[in-house]
Amino acid sequence: MLEVSAVTQIFGGVTALENVSFSISKGDITGVIGPNGAGKTTLFNIITGIYKQTAGRVILEGRDITGLPPERLARLAMVRTFQNIELFGAMTVLENVMVGMHTKSTSGLLACALKMPWSISEEKKIRKGAMKWLEFTGISELADHTAGSLPFGKGRLLEIARALAVGPRIILMDEPAAGLNSHETLGLAQLIKQIRDLGITVVLVEHDMELVMDICDRIIVLNLGRKLAEGTPREIQESKEVIAAYLGDDD
Amino acid sequence: MAKPIRNGFESMKKDFFLFIGFSIIIMMAPRFFAGGYLMNVLVFVGINTMLAIALNLLLGYAGQISLGHAGFYGLGAYLSGVMTTTLNMNPWLAMPLAALIVGCLAFMIGLPILKLKGHYLAMATLGLGIIMYIVFNETIEWTGGPSGLSGIPSLEIGDIVFDSDVKNYYLIWSAALAVMLFSLNLANSRVGRGLRAVHDSEIAAQVLGVNARLLKVEIFALSAVISSLAGSLYAHTMTFISPTSFGFNFSIELLTMVVIGGLGSIYGSFLGAALLTLLPEILRGANDYDIIIYGALLILMVMFLPGGLVRGIPTLYRKIVKVKSEANHA
Repeated sequence: MLEVSAVTQIFGGVTALENVSFSISKGDITGVIGPNGAGKTTLFNIITGIYKQTAGRVILEGRDITGLPPERLARLAMVRTFQNIELFGAMTVLENVMVGMHTKSTSGLLACALKMPWSISEEKKIRKGAMKWLEFTGISELADHTAGSLPFGKGRLLEIARALAVGPRIILMDEPAAGLNSHETLGLAQLIKQIRDLGITVVLVEHDMELVMDICDRIIVLNLGRKLAEGTPREIQESKEVIAAYLGDDD
Repeated sequence: MAKPIRNGFESMKKDFFLFIGFSIIIMMAPRFFAGGYLMNVLVFVGINTMLAIALNLLLGYAGQISLGHAGFYGLGAYLSGVMTTTLNMNPWLAMPLAALIVGCLAFMIGLPILKLKGHYLAMATLGLGIIMYIVFNETIEWTGGPSGLSGIPSLEIGDIVFDSDVKNYYLIWSAALAVMLFSLNLANSRVGRGLRAVHDSEIAAQVLGVNARLLKVEIFALSAVISSLAGSLYAHTMTFISPTSFGFNFSIELLTMVVIGGLGSIYGSFLGAALLTLLPEILRGANDYDIIIYGALLILMVMFLPGGLVRGIPTLYRKIVKVKSEANHA
């Protein structure tokens, strides 16, 4: 599904990522973990076209996507969410999700402004599709509220609904549980499994170990910009290197 | 307090009736003011409404500033003026041709400069406006330079010649209402949502597949096209133009209209344009103090109506009603 091959990222004199390679299988929930500063978010920014890496390639479904801008990646069915949710605060909840349907509609500037028949029917389709994703994430009753007024937990669900509206085959989530209470985190775990059941491959960066161990099929551990380990949750829990990286070495 | 979910169709109907009501009021207005000097001022309200809407699409929706919009307005006016005088072209042909030229130009200029953000974009567009102003002044053989270009023909439809204030009022406001409807439709469409998304979080919009860079350039070009049309209409209704109408001051005045009226509101742009066009006329009685009162009013409005007139007036009204009802209870 997704292949990261020998990716290196250097910021000024700092090597944020060094020769990181791994591949993610279709239909899996994969967790990327590691101590602060391990390079997890940098890795996400490279995969999703926000940073351009110093070296290495990213392959999505057999296609080299190295250096493609985020809007092209959305059309290749890859989408992401952000650690500090990036909502369109001045728009309604429904409108936020409707923006997610952008690539699924084609009416141009003039067709929209002149209300051409096809743009009107497309608008109805967008509204209906957006509503479906609000129902999926369980926030449809908030459709008419301003996104900026949502509590953080609901905002997180909105960001996920909006990402799903793009119709992704792979979704990358940057710390989806950050800022959520334990009850909301349980709901999130449920939701992520439901997303996987739709056939969407999920990759998440996460600090909440309980969540990661519970839902992930595979885990990749980064430390100081390098891949430290990779395996099933059980393998990772038993790995001496991982324990040392997190808790410090005895020697 | 779960709000009822907005039915798309119903809200569309509401918007439609609001626009129809507004259009009827606008078209009835000459019955009450016909003949007076006010009619002439109301023609300018129409032109400024178009310009404010054009700038608002860029600033209020897409969140991109321009301090050079008077330049596009002037370019439309001069292209129309020169093509109909020196080149003897029919005004109805000259106007769309001018708009097309301005649109292409804005698109090409927009590609590089809209990569800039915030203050840097402000500086670049400021420079653009100044360059166009200098061109109007210096290409004397075409534009007549500082002494202006006169003898621009009025528009005609069959036997009707648009040469009086009342006729011009209908002409200008037909165009202004068309621009308004066009922009209202645009704002509530996938393109309008894309613009607002870019405004709130460009990175998130891109991740969702919105080509932010292209969209910004498109809206910049559209905004320039509307400004150009307003400029052409200005040239043909006034029949005389000179560079002073298209300088930096006017760019700032347009910006003020958009902000005072309400960023991201089409009706707000009308309110801002109306207020800023009428205010100097109203204050004319205050002699030398008019400019001070004008400035002070603007400061007060920005302080107390931060969302602009379109959001501020309802809020203020609710506050006053509340205070009154509390006074009654006491």
